[in-house]
Amino acid sequence: MNSDFADGLRGSVPILVSTIPFAALFGAVAVGNGQTVAEATLMSAIVFAGASQLVGIELFGHNVPIWVIVLSIFAVNFRHILYSAAIAPFIRHFSGIQKAVSLFLLTDPQFAETLTRGEIGRKVSFAWYFGFASTIYIGWVATTAVGAFFGSMIGDPAAIGIDVLLPIYFMSLVLGFRRRANFLPVVAVSAIVAVVAHRTVGSPWHVTIGALAGVALAALLPPRAPAISGPALGEAGE
Amino acid sequence: MSELFTPYMVLLIFAGAVATYLTRIGGYLLIARLKSVPPRLDAALNAVPAAVLTTLVAPAFFSGGNDVKVAMAVALVVGIRFSAIPLLISGWVAVMAMRYLIG
Repeated sequence: MNSDFADGLRGSVPILVSTIPFAALFGAVAVGNGQTVAEATLMSAIVFAGASQLVGIELFGHNVPIWVIVLSIFAVNFRHILYSAAIAPFIRHFSGIQKAVSLFLLTDPQFAETLTRGEIGRKVSFAWYFGFASTIYIGWVATTAVGAFFGSMIGDPAAIGIDVLLPIYFMSLVLGFRRRANFLPVVAVSAIVAVVAHRTVGSPWHVTIGALAGVALAALLPPRAPAISGPALGEAGE
Repeated sequence: MSELFTPYMVLLIFAGAVATYLTRIGGYLLIARLKSVPPRLDAALNAVPAAVLTTLVAPAFFSGGNDVKVAMAVALVVGIRFSAIPLLISGWVAVMAMRYLIG
């Protein structure tokens, strides 16, 4: 087996610790909100973005018009626009179809790991990227199906502490960025604005509003030495 | 719930998938048209992940009960000193202890 591919497959195994309970939770919640097992599995397979899937399911349960649901899914996933922009220098050498596939598989951990790998100067090959994504994708889709199937057995997710895994998983991702420029001011502003927006505008808009506030602050603060550029554009290739 | 798929739900899922894929290719398509990244845009992109992920964490803390607040505080302290796995385990242990031992 290509060693980069094997590296990637292994590299994302720790991610499964948080992906699997979350996928099982999504499957169970989806069935609870009126999706069939097949529909929940299809949604995980082609949307492949957990938080937005939960938002979509939640809104579906409240008889919200379809365009509002799709817009909310877009809003929750808005961060991917910024992710795909940030990893662009490192996947520029992929072929067109490889880019199309890679961007479909772009998730929070995939983004963080790709950026980290690119920034420390290691080669981001398609084999590594695809391997890293495969573990997450297969784990996500398969566990959704299992979670949906056993949905009624899980009952109350809080009883076995599943509900708290999601926010603390996101917290661990935030901490991973703590050595970056402007980390504390960005996190403080995003946190305050998100909490206020959560109470006033409501979910899921607090995600986009809070994030934009933090990002705008970073853009307004005096620029420092470039941090994410890594290798100059176009130099990351073969 | 005997059928596998209902047309309305499949339409919703496909529409959601298209919207999600647009966000995933959007940034790449935009940045591919820029020759170099201006410093302020660079700083903004650099701040994106922490900013977005913070918005998923902070409201969960304030809208959670005391069990969730304690669990997140424990996880934060552990996460600053150790890595992601001890953070997840300590947070989970804390929430279960709050729910079953302290009630």
